[in-house]
Amino acid sequence: MKTILLIIIGSALANNVVLSQFLGLCPFLGVSRKIKTAAGMGVAVIFVITVSSLVTAVIYKFVLANPAVLGGSLVYLNTIVFILIIAALVQLVELVLKKYSPALHKALGVYLPLITTNCAVLGVALNNVSDYDVTKASFIGYSVLTGFCVAVGFTFAILILAGIREKTEGSDIPAPLKGMPITLITAGLMAIAFIGFQGLI
Amino acid sequence: MKQALERLVNGIFKENPTFVLLLGMCPTLAVTTSAINGAGMGLATMAVLVMSNMLISMLRNVIPDKVRMPAYIVIIATFVTIVEFLMKAYAPQSLNDSLGIYIPLIVVNCIIMGRAESYAGKNKVIPSIFDGIGMGLGFTLALTIIGLVRELLGNGSAFGFRFADHAEIFGIYEPMKIFVMAPGAFFILALLTGIRNKLGVGKSKDGTACHDDSCAGCGQYPYCQGHIRQEAKEETAE
Repeated sequence: MKTILLIIIGSALANNVVLSQFLGLCPFLGVSRKIKTAAGMGVAVIFVITVSSLVTAVIYKFVLANPAVLGGSLVYLNTIVFILIIAALVQLVELVLKKYSPALHKALGVYLPLITTNCAVLGVALNNVSDYDVTKASFIGYSVLTGFCVAVGFTFAILILAGIREKTEGSDIPAPLKGMPITLITAGLMAIAFIGFQGLI
Repeated sequence: MKQALERLVNGIFKENPTFVLLLGMCPTLAVTTSAINGAGMGLATMAVLVMSNMLISMLRNVIPDKVRMPAYIVIIATFVTIVEFLMKAYAPQSLNDSLGIYIPLIVVNCIIMGRAESYAGKNKVIPSIFDGIGMGLGFTLALTIIGLVRELLGNGSAFGFRFADHAEIFGIYEPMKIFVMAPGAFFILALLTGIRNKLGVGKSKDGTACHDDSCAGCGQYPYCQGHIRQEAKEETAE
């Protein structure tokens, strides 16, 4: 129970994926102009990271780390295997959504291809296999929980940033700082606030 | 020979991946807590970039156009894995600890994919190798400079030498810890892009990187497909 609580607070707030680990900066800075699009991106990221954490954990446990399958431990291939799984998975998710849930596809569709190259997805998968013990039964459960919480943390951060950007849009900002620089300063101030959460763990 | 030199100068100055094109921002922010970490990350990326540029250029007539992205990813991921294990074996333990997860994440560094797509996939082997060296040196130089600035401001040291301990040389300055922590990275990058806007650099003519700030100029352009981003933007406008 204590571990689960630590995973939730640690990955969603204290070690926030964008604000303290700098993973997934491109969508964080790129798709945060409006709250509505930021929310769409956030939901898509939650969906993809949770599914990819599950798939990568299952493949790692039952194929790569299982000598019975391919005649030896292949854990050293994890980077190559994970990036291919993630790229294929995103394509697959897009196809499935298109066929079975056109409404959801319309809402998430434009964000899905952007996520393939999101380093947060690969980062979470790689962190999971180095943080948790693959021989334990809890490996897959913890991995999926971490993936979900990291993505929720990403959604928090992007929603807050989008909210602030909407408010400051009409502000009088020195010309060279308009656009990217002021967004980065905002993100920096948010990062200071998120440091406060480290007292929780 | 002239072409090789031109690629080097291009990578270090004219199209410097960090200062001019604003590519590969995740590692730029994450590992530049000190000059040595920045240089280590830059050299690791350069090694991958040179090798992948070379192999992709050699195979440019073999790889079918439709599957080039997956093929490039496999090639890049292979070299990243090799570099990761070489670093685990031979690089100092402290460097490995501080670079950690960011070494395997070189796979998703858009500089490498961007060069494969815009240069190595279309040009001969030798120029491609020099393109990799030039871009790699440009990236290493930029990370080292950013790391040095953050280390000086945040820790009062340079390349591990602490000025703060030598009051007779550098007694007045009180290090601002915030610059080696996460927020400092955002502030330094804000300053950097602000200066870049002021000087008006990075306005690319040939469209090798995406320069509208909707995607942080992140240069995943060849990779993350600009038209999709455009659609997203139009939908926002509605």
